[in-house]
Amino acid sequence: MAVLELEDVSVTYRSAEGAVPAVRGVSLSVDAGRSLGLAGESGSGKTSVTSTVLRLLPKSATVTGRVLLEGEDVLTMKWGRLRAVRWATASVVFQGAMHALNPVQRVGHQIAEPIRLHEKSVSEPTARKRVGELLEQVGLPSRVAQSYPHQLSGGQKQRVMIAMALACGPKLIVADEPTTALDVMVQQQVLGVLADRVQDLGLAMVFISHDLSVLASACDDLAVMYAGQVVEQGPSDQVFDDAHHPYSRALGGAYPRIGDLRFRYAPSGLPGDPPFPGEAPSGCAFHPRCPQAREVCATTDVELRPSGERRWSSCLFAPEVGT
Amino acid sequence: MSLIQDVAGGGGHDPVPGPPPLPRKDKGGKGLSPGASFALRKTGAALGTLFFVLVVNFFLFRLLPGDPIGMYTRGRNVPAEQLAQLRAELDRPILEQFLTYLRNPFSSTIDSAQFNRPVWELVTERIWPTLLLVGTAIVLASIIGVWIGIKAGWKRGKSFDKVSTGVTLTLYSMPEFWLGMILLIVFGVGVLGLPGVFPIGGISTPGVDTSSLAGWLDVAWHMVLPVTTLTLVYLAEYALVMRSSLVDEMDEDYLTTARAKGLSDKFVRRRHAVPNALLPTITLIFLNLGFTVSGAITVETVFSWPGLGLLSYEALRGPDVALLQAIFLLFSIGVVLANLVADLLYAVIDPRVRS
Repeated sequence: MAVLELEDVSVTYRSAEGAVPAVRGVSLSVDAGRSLGLAGESGSGKTSVTSTVLRLLPKSATVTGRVLLEGEDVLTMKWGRLRAVRWATASVVFQGAMHALNPVQRVGHQIAEPIRLHEKSVSEPTARKRVGELLEQVGLPSRVAQSYPHQLSGGQKQRVMIAMALACGPKLIVADEPTTALDVMVQQQVLGVLADRVQDLGLAMVFISHDLSVLASACDDLAVMYAGQVVEQGPSDQVFDDAHHPYSRALGGAYPRIGDLRFRYAPSGLPGDPPFPGEAPSGCAFHPRCPQAREVCATTDVELRPSGERRWSSCLFAPEVGT
Repeated sequence: MSLIQDVAGGGGHDPVPGPPPLPRKDKGGKGLSPGASFALRKTGAALGTLFFVLVVNFFLFRLLPGDPIGMYTRGRNVPAEQLAQLRAELDRPILEQFLTYLRNPFSSTIDSAQFNRPVWELVTERIWPTLLLVGTAIVLASIIGVWIGIKAGWKRGKSFDKVSTGVTLTLYSMPEFWLGMILLIVFGVGVLGLPGVFPIGGISTPGVDTSSLAGWLDVAWHMVLPVTTLTLVYLAEYALVMRSSLVDEMDEDYLTTARAKGLSDKFVRRRHAVPNALLPTITLIFLNLGFTVSGAITVETVFSWPGLGLLSYEALRGPDVALLQAIFLLFSIGVVLANLVADLLYAVIDPRVRS
């Protein structure tokens, strides 16, 4: 059974310039023990999508569709129920290297906070013991609990964030660019820790990144977003190696793999900028930047269609699969 | 409190299992904890400032134009031999005079011209009414001001915020002596045929024994108007600062983390947002402490409150140079000490400052 199911989710922000549609009709699902990578440029709507899971969007956002967490629609939950679900059923690994930790509280206290909140019966020594165990599980000595965030390195803070996300034994972990602010070596270590924990505990995970190569190595499946829509979805190695959408290809090419001659002779980037939300072009939103665009792309509305075994693409020229 | 060794102070020995080593605290080789060396550094700096204050206070009054003996003894009948003695004192080398001054900066060689009493005696006598007045006002103002600031900042743009920001801005821009005079006229003297309720000045009714309970109540009754004046003026600033620093914290990521954990709005505010937003406000309150004592000059004058403020007004009117010198020194010490307390307190409440 799917731990998380998004059905036709749209997010619209109210702003001084009018309504800004950041996410337009996204449907995704993640099963227990599986991980889904969400890729896309800044502003493609990745974080807006995942913020609907715990309803963490600002008040100016309107969400439509259904967000089913273990079959229960998060969007219609009462506040009390929502607070009980937050962190206990689904938790978030924020960019801990930045400012996601409270600067004036010891990290042990911050990790123990959701335990005390959601499991009232847990005694203080037990909670402290669990914090020590959680820290050791992410490769940190338990005495780190006594540190303040500014005393830790970026990688250590990110490990603390992971320990914190695991504190209440959630079913789903949303990792929002958890490795983005880290250098490549530390990024690999943190990624390894996160992947190990998720696998050992059999959790479902949604992993957001703009780095397709990170996603391909960390996730079972990939969904690529452009201008608020999913443009391609499928098993991550296939999407990475043999993309069915020119945008996925460009995104993958932006992070060359060392030793792979294809990248050596075809250094690729993508000219132009993604459209501002609300100003998406007609037809396929990607056509103005697409190297393979033809005239029909500007006039024909596109939607996600099957393009292979467990694969979907919205490109008009993706392989056709009999429906 | 904790089962686990302090990372910063404990100097732990156990090897780190994870690949990234923990940053070790540089203890400066003196075996001092970072907190203690921070406190020592700050105290040393404060002592240095104090010495500078002494130097300025000594030489500033010797730079005043005119005949110093004439100013010191203005309006008094001083025997010729004492005058000669004073002049001989001032004829000594300036460094010698300075050393004498350093030995006891508050005991001038001459008494206060107006009061005909040693300045030290006058100053110590007047310090308590000021501390009572200003202390009460600051305690009230910080509690009320911080409360208003939190309520306004957390619900930014709502009606409470609009009203309170308008009111506090008005209070903030009001001269304190003007506000004091208005309160004095309305509630002390009485307007529109209504009698005044509160006493119009002084610290107690003449003849009342201030050591009795009735005396205490009498003093409290006299405090109402001046304390209200100072409280209104101070709280405006505290409320505005608290509001803006809370608004700054509102967009911080760690509040999203706190919400995602399932904390209610109230706990997100109390446990995460307010403690962080309080940091600049607390510093401001303590930094202000030094200035508020001297800032009470006008309010004490309006309400004839027998404190240091009124004393400095009287000394300035003289001018009573010996007295002024002592008061200047005291006010400067107040500012330096308040700064030191603010620095040390900030280190206690914000762990980032210590390192």
